[in-house]
Amino acid sequence: MGFEKFGIVSFTSQTKATPFIDHLERGVLAGTKCKGCGTFYFPPRPDCYHCLSSDVEWREITGKGKLISYSTLIYAPTGFEADLPYTIALVEFDNKVKVFGRLSKEVKDEEIKIGMELKYSVVKLPNDRITYEFKKA
Amino acid sequence: MKKEVAIIGVGQTAFVRGYEGSIRELAFDAYKEAMLDAGLTAKEIDASIICSAPEYDKQRSPSGTIVEYLGLNPKPTFYIETICSSSSSGLRVAYSLVKSGLHELVLVLGFQKMSEISSADSQERMGRGSDIMWEAPFGTMMPAYYAMHARAHFQRYGTTEEDLALIRVKAATYGMINKKAVYQKGVTLEQVLTSDMIASPLKRFDCCANADGASCLIVANQERAKALSKKPVWIIGLGAATAPINMSGRESLTGLSCAREAAKEAYQMAGVTPQDIDVAEVHDCFTIAEMMAYEDLGFAGPGEGKDLIRGKETYIGGKIPVNVDGGLLSKGHPIGATGGSQIRTIVLQLRGEAGEMQVKAPEIGLIHNIGGVGLYGNVTILGRD
Ligand SMILES: [Zn+2]
Repeated sequence: MGFEKFGIVSFTSQTKATPFIDHLERGVLAGTKCKGCGTFYFPPRPDCYHCLSSDVEWREITGKGKLISYSTLIYAPTGFEADLPYTIALVEFDNKVKVFGRLSKEVKDEEIKIGMELKYSVVKLPNDRITYEFKKA
Repeated sequence: MKKEVAIIGVGQTAFVRGYEGSIRELAFDAYKEAMLDAGLTAKEIDASIICSAPEYDKQRSPSGTIVEYLGLNPKPTFYIETICSSSSSGLRVAYSLVKSGLHELVLVLGFQKMSEISSADSQERMGRGSDIMWEAPFGTMMPAYYAMHARAHFQRYGTTEEDLALIRVKAATYGMINKKAVYQKGVTLEQVLTSDMIASPLKRFDCCANADGASCLIVANQERAKALSKKPVWIIGLGAATAPINMSGRESLTGLSCAREAAKEAYQMAGVTPQDIDVAEVHDCFTIAEMMAYEDLGFAGPGEGKDLIRGKETYIGGKIPVNVDGGLLSKGHPIGATGGSQIRTIVLQLRGEAGEMQVKAPEIGLIHNIGGVGLYGNVTILGRD
């Protein structure tokens, strides 16, 4: 339990990746690094498909993010209507680690450009929910 | 050309909004057409493969219900699902059952009754075809994912919203002459460009139409195909591939790697190149998806898909006619039925029975059918006898 707090609506509650939420609560966006072979994963996972180890350590996402692509939604799936319009984005950090999320509403439409520099920021939501978003670096 | 496994019968219901009947009756409509086309009776079918996306169905394990309704008991049935490419995956399984010698005649039936749930629910369920753990909590949906691909393509290659709109105009041109299309109206460039934004830069007319429908294919081994059919259409190339479900795992967003992998495998098996293809059906769930398909299939180089549509090279009479039945954009996209419908279109083209939509004397046709946002790629190559 714990993962059900992630995002506006979460579809998962039980996962061994729940330490992700503990890190978010401390303001840190983290992935996993396999202790067996050193492979870094984001999204994080408790298992390594390279060496089959299930021994991982949590590491913060580092470096300046670069916007790979984005889209602003005018219509939303059930449960997300209140947030409209919002912008989803894919951002690349150090070592080509790509992170999916939303752009902060602080970034104005006319400022959004592929390649722009971004950083992540943890966001506390009502009802003890938590997520992250991307802000201008 | 390898002549080992053939398609000897095809059927498709009209694609409609709100089919007034149950899923078993919907399946029967496509089945009846394919069986009459092949001149077969139920007892001759050795096995069936039923394909749909189960989240739309109230019936659990619909294959059991459907085969009883079609009179296919006590023969075995299999249920195959790869979201929007379910019936192309079904064809791959049918091919292997026939090629292995286990069965001689196998039926592939794809169906979907999307109208049982609301459009918002449908978007939410389709959205759950992406990563529910790491992406859906941000409020994702299919148009937004493809919109991200469009933006990346625009940025890298200078493709424009107008280029995508040209694809929609082409789809509508052929939807108007396809009596089984859900959308049979013409669409102008201006209409596309001024339609409501859904997920920028994709607008309402960049998106395919939801529909209810079913499709049916009958697959035979060489001996039965030659005995039963005057115009068997041979399955000469099959390719299937997968790619990471989450966007974080993608090398780039300017194309779909599962389509490139599947195409490579299918071309290799068929011993043909993209230049040998005379007519194609591609998975245009969104206009950008057709643009990426031109490039992923090798009909154009990377970034050069826009030149094909600007030059009308994908119209009938062009270098490579694509989706001349209206595609998913105008014909409609009843998830589980889509692949079978695309395959039917190419079978009719190769037989010379496509009516007003007929391309001049095609010998080799290709079908590109994608599940999810480039999660599953399927490419099928068919050849005329
Ligand atoms: Zn490892």
